[in-house]
Amino acid sequence: MRAILRIAARIGRRAGPPNFPYPKRPGENLTISPSSIVEKAADATARATPVSVARRVRGLSDRAIAWLFIAPAITLLLAINIFPLLWAVYLSFTNYRANRPNAPVQGVGLGNYQRVLNDPDIWQAMQTTAHFVFWTIVLQTVIGFTLAYLIDRKFRGHAFWTTIILIPMMLSPAVVGNFWRFLYEPQIGLFAYAVSMVSGIPTSDIQMLGNVSLAPWAIIIVDTWMWTPYVMLICLAGLRSIPDYIYEAAEVDRASPWRQFWSITVPMALPFIMLAVLFRGIENFKMFDMVTLLTGGGPGSVTEVASITLKRAAFESWATGRASAFAIILFVAVFGLANIYVKALNKVKQR
Amino acid sequence: MQKTSKALLGLATAFVMSSALPNLAKADELTLCWAAWDPANALVELSKDFTAKTGTQMKFEFVPWTSYADRFLNELNSHGKLCDLIIGDSQWIGGSAENGHYVKLNDFFDKEGIKMDDFVPATVVGYSEWPKNTPNYWALPAMGDVVGWTYRKDWFEKPELQKEFKAKYGRDLAAPKTYDELKQIAEFFQKREIDGKTVYGASIYTERGSEGITMGVTNVLYDWGFQYENPKKPYDMEGFVNSADAVKGLEFYKSLYDCCTPPGSSNVYMVESADAFKSGQVAMQMNFAFTWPGLYKDEKVGGDRIGFFPNPAEKAHFAQLGGQGISVVSYSDKRDAALQYIKWFAQPDVQAKWWELGGFSCLNSVVNAPGFAKSQPYAQAFLDSMAIVKDFWAEPSYASLLQAMQKRVHNYVVAGNGTAKEALDGLVKDWSDVFKDDGKI
Repeated sequence: MRAILRIAARIGRRAGPPNFPYPKRPGENLTISPSSIVEKAADATARATPVSVARRVRGLSDRAIAWLFIAPAITLLLAINIFPLLWAVYLSFTNYRANRPNAPVQGVGLGNYQRVLNDPDIWQAMQTTAHFVFWTIVLQTVIGFTLAYLIDRKFRGHAFWTTIILIPMMLSPAVVGNFWRFLYEPQIGLFAYAVSMVSGIPTSDIQMLGNVSLAPWAIIIVDTWMWTPYVMLICLAGLRSIPDYIYEAAEVDRASPWRQFWSITVPMALPFIMLAVLFRGIENFKMFDMVTLLTGGGPGSVTEVASITLKRAAFESWATGRASAFAIILFVAVFGLANIYVKALNKVKQR
Repeated sequence: MQKTSKALLGLATAFVMSSALPNLAKADELTLCWAAWDPANALVELSKDFTAKTGTQMKFEFVPWTSYADRFLNELNSHGKLCDLIIGDSQWIGGSAENGHYVKLNDFFDKEGIKMDDFVPATVVGYSEWPKNTPNYWALPAMGDVVGWTYRKDWFEKPELQKEFKAKYGRDLAAPKTYDELKQIAEFFQKREIDGKTVYGASIYTERGSEGITMGVTNVLYDWGFQYENPKKPYDMEGFVNSADAVKGLEFYKSLYDCCTPPGSSNVYMVESADAFKSGQVAMQMNFAFTWPGLYKDEKVGGDRIGFFPNPAEKAHFAQLGGQGISVVSYSDKRDAALQYIKWFAQPDVQAKWWELGGFSCLNSVVNAPGFAKSQPYAQAFLDSMAIVKDFWAEPSYASLLQAMQKRVHNYVVAGNGTAKEALDGLVKDWSDVFKDDGKI
């Protein structure tokens, strides 16, 4: 989360004023400005403050007051974000187990890291995660951008279709996981029925979740179904931010639509697409709920993504030390990759 | 700004109130934690008597099976005060005893004259004792449960099917006594048209996420000669877990999964298995006995249409134990009231009513009563099954042991990777690693 915030802050800094995709509607300024209420409140508070307190506050520098104001936020951040992170780093060097409070905690040096990195199951889980992240991003970006491009044509009813397309994204992953289980069900599932109608394979042979080679794709399909709208939304914002005059200039230069697409649309929407890829990448790297509900990591372990392995180590086996080491490794990996990616993203934006 | 600060104030108040509320709960109110399933509803019904007698209100916290262990082990490990009483799964007993989650009940039993000899021996070992087979009690056997089978009596009794079966196999179509018979019957029904519907042979456990496939596989493997360890040398598993007999048993389980389960059976546990039976898809169903009262009452498949039989025998005759004991959580502030509940629950007439309502009593005087075997159509199968139970590891590290087994057997049975021998060899290695970590070997 912190990583995302930092990244978002950086992007915000470099990007300057946001390119708001929709024109402001008249009437938006009619609402009563909240600042007058705030001023009144501040005034009232100031009058109510005892003189002695007021004098003391007046003696403080601006900087000190600024610190005073952000202190609660900093304290909270330290307590629920930084402290657990440091604590997890500490635990990763010990044999601590959260379900054995009476056992002595001993330092094991780099033992946990060694064990995690030498564990073939964990490498298997990382590969599964990589496969999942890669293909969901590819599919969601391609389909999401295509949809955004089509919606951006502003045909009649495009707003209606945008709303329809956005529906899957608004569902909870738990709901999606559960009902796709029913959709994939070979005897009563609509998915199997539809595939069977097209391909002629009997429905009982279409076992998306029970088949070793199909199950990884089954979870990719569900994630793509759910999150393509999100990518589409970001891409749409990107497309809407491209000023019309550039296209007009291109028309004057007699650039073909094909050329316009590759020389104007794609490069100018690229920062947005990259941002969507970043968000989806981070999200899917820690994918847990949906996959757990769909397959529980099965069949065998072919859909056991890293966060399922991590959860099982941490909260079923209670190997807290080892799980912390694994979590730190994942954190460093995501953080490092995201940082490199943001550097690239900023380069693209500066072009 | 004002609005925001008001909202913040409201949120803060709500937060303080909600965290303070459990402490405000009246002393004469007990919270009992269990899984969300049929017997829990029966217990709610039964507990009304307790409230009527003592004036203590009962609150219940029921969690679905798939997140039951996650939820409550977390609660216990964090020394939470949510549960005063807990009906914890049989495998938790080792960890809960060693880490002090449960109150030791020996003194209380002695004081109140509750004798463990009055309960079915297998349930005392399974649900109450840690270390196993020593007189250290951490729970009162509450809900007896065991894996057994149900079958479609109405299909088995169809004359044309009986005739065809007899012609094919040379014996009557009846509840199987051996695994070969079971498989033959399953094959006989697989993809058969009955009343215009395609039906399948049997529904068996294959769930990956929690403990499903392990419960199913061990239930069958015991009979084929699988043992957890060398009876003469604890934690010596080579040649017992992966003995030639155990390998054959695992191969059998896979062959049953491949030949005779309904399509889409790759992630089946109690609920899914019962559903397959209820919807009229399967001729036979493997499931815990707690599902039987509900299935017997079912309008479509219950009554005369359902029959029950204990696990078939092979080289040996065992069945996977389920069920739980009821314990007092040591972090509770209302220990005495909670103990009173257990005292009340242990009474013979309460136990008799427990059985009537659909709970499975473990009290000898209930299950050995003259009319018991005939009291319900499933009573005999339950009695026969309870006589042959065996349970999974109950070590403090049971969850790691369980995870390893889930992974290894699902990988072989459902995913079809490797051989049965490789799966069980791998299991010996995983289990040895867990015990090495624990310093036991």
